[in-house]
Amino acid sequence: MRVLDKRIRLNRRNFLKTSAASMAAAGAVSGGMVSITATPAWAEALTAVKPDAAKTLLVMVRDLYPHDRLGDAYYETALASMDQAAAKDATLAGQLNEGAVALDAAARKLHGTPYAAIKAEKDRVAVLKSIETTPFFAKVRGDMVVALYNQPEVWAKLGYEGASAEYGGYIHRGFDDIDWIKDA
Amino acid sequence: MVAKFAMDDDSVVVVIGSGAGGGTLSNELAQKGIKVVCLEAGKRHEIQDFVNDEWKSFSQISWLDKRTTSGTWRVAKDFPNLPAWIVKAVGGSTVHWAGASLRFQEHEFKARTTYGEVEGANLLDWPVTLAEMEPYYDKAEFKMGTTGTNGIPRLPGNNNYKVLAAGAKKLGYAEFHTGNMSINSKPRDGRGSCQQIGFCFQGCKSGAKWSTLYTEIPKGEATGNLEVRPDAQVLKIEHDAKGKVNAVLYADSTGAIHRQKARIVAVAGNSIESPRLLLNSASTMFPDGLANSSGQVGRNYMRHMTGSVYAMFDRPVHMYRGTTMAGIIRDESRFDPRRGFVGGYEMETLSLGVPFMAAFLDPGAWGRDFSSALDAYDHMAGMWLVGEDMPRETNRITLHASEKDKFGLPIPNVNFDDHPNDIAMRTHAYGRGSAVYDAVGAVRTIHTPPYPSTHNLGTNRMSANARDGVVNKWGQAHDVKNLFVSDGSQFTSGGSENPTLTIVALAIRQADYIADQMGKREI
Repeated sequence: MRVLDKRIRLNRRNFLKTSAASMAAAGAVSGGMVSITATPAWAEALTAVKPDAAKTLLVMVRDLYPHDRLGDAYYETALASMDQAAAKDATLAGQLNEGAVALDAAARKLHGTPYAAIKAEKDRVAVLKSIETTPFFAKVRGDMVVALYNQPEVWAKLGYEGASAEYGGYIHRGFDDIDWIKDA
Repeated sequence: MVAKFAMDDDSVVVVIGSGAGGGTLSNELAQKGIKVVCLEAGKRHEIQDFVNDEWKSFSQISWLDKRTTSGTWRVAKDFPNLPAWIVKAVGGSTVHWAGASLRFQEHEFKARTTYGEVEGANLLDWPVTLAEMEPYYDKAEFKMGTTGTNGIPRLPGNNNYKVLAAGAKKLGYAEFHTGNMSINSKPRDGRGSCQQIGFCFQGCKSGAKWSTLYTEIPKGEATGNLEVRPDAQVLKIEHDAKGKVNAVLYADSTGAIHRQKARIVAVAGNSIESPRLLLNSASTMFPDGLANSSGQVGRNYMRHMTGSVYAMFDRPVHMYRGTTMAGIIRDESRFDPRRGFVGGYEMETLSLGVPFMAAFLDPGAWGRDFSSALDAYDHMAGMWLVGEDMPRETNRITLHASEKDKFGLPIPNVNFDDHPNDIAMRTHAYGRGSAVYDAVGAVRTIHTPPYPSTHNLGTNRMSANARDGVVNKWGQAHDVKNLFVSDGSQFTSGGSENPTLTIVALAIRQADYIADQMGKREI
């Protein structure tokens, strides 16, 4: 049976993302300040979502759709697509920035710290549950379920091969190659 | 040579819609030498334009004009402005259909007689029997090249099918196979054989799957009797002082309004747009909408009892490889009220790619419960459950009280409540679907709620008696003899089968009737 290699393949795009993030982190360390307020490069690249909101939203999106095998880069790409929409839509930009503030407020109420600083996933999930009925939550959840899972890089990690017509379909590429069903 | 007819040519038949009903009717009439103008609201995308990408394809071919929903069905909550997942393009929903081509069973044409009085349902027998339909089913299967008929071999089973079949066998089911599919298993009718591409819902890139887009429509055009006008959104059907329809108003891509005169009008815009058009065509003579003296236009909306079961295994399946609807178990489509419901259901393999799986597996879900299912995506097998739902007068298409489209016409609202029979059937089907997969070692099964409706039926239903429905046994309006309905909205009841084969068979039959009546100067 033809199965897929799901290991990370280092391509230019991933490399740039990873290195940019590493450099930001390295800069923070070499400057002698290790601080959760340091702003990573990807968050600064956003135009409508403010850097502090971006950091909160990144953790929120990871908690909405947690895949331990996926690095932050995939979630950052998903967030960037929403930022692009917010750049053209002031109402959305306001909803996201204010929503992140409200999420931090809900986190402080339940756990005494901002959302991203809560250590245990189950505690953050409890905070998300407390805002589950807000339009902000619905917007982020609905947009991110599309943007996260619409990335070919994510498909490969989940074992989905995407477009097939240009490869001649699967007629010679394993449409019927299951080897553990003996009796069909 | 492709025909071009004048706007004031009042000898043409105007067909509204180019899908299974409208596309087939257009070609059948053209083959008989009858002049046809087919007005299609969508664009003409050809095979080379289709994309193997779920969201890109969705925005390319779907009917995305705004609609609203109401009622207790879950689609109203998950997809409030997308009650139906159908196509707006030349070829209509035959561009994205899966290809399943099943005949209705004899008793399904006699739903009221067979099932008896069902409280809260508006059941009625069809004014047509299986015996009357059989010659037309034969013609439809031959036209479409349906596997398992006319000596055409069935398709080979893919991985998703093999899991389903192994489970079916363990449970003792008797009738399971790779289906009666209008997808070429061998080259036929100038089209090649299935390359097991997957992406059947996104438009077949090899043309192996039958679609009016590249079968009926070019064949009709080649006669010189058919003109297809894409980007033609019909707004209103007009009539003369005697109450016969005589013209159709439509808007082109620039928004300019045209009036095409007509001898006969056939409506085939699918079960939301067709009744909407009749309601929007109200006049002094027909104050409740065209052909609506019964009050049944827009009522009895059916969408099939649906649901899906996705199962995860400890070993890989890669269900997305190959034909999307790759096999079927038919045993549960029988009539057997001992199960706690009337009517039956089919179990048919289905797969979604990662983007659609994320959107549809459990709409609104989040957290590890959800994401862990997607982590097992390549270990999943899947089936769709499709069964007969009950027609109800209150399940209906109405004109929105305040919201208008860009032409100033009220948009449609779709109201739907599951009948208790639908719910009992779905519960049973989920249980049997899980059992199929459990029998081959599933480690987890998920019961996925209905997707936006792909089988939209019943809103201009056939009836023997004019007070019970909108059209007669030929799809001819009871109230207006040169007005026809040619799509699934004429279904009296839904059956358990995918509806396209029956729509095509009815269109072939209707073309014979229209030609006969034109010859006799009756219309």
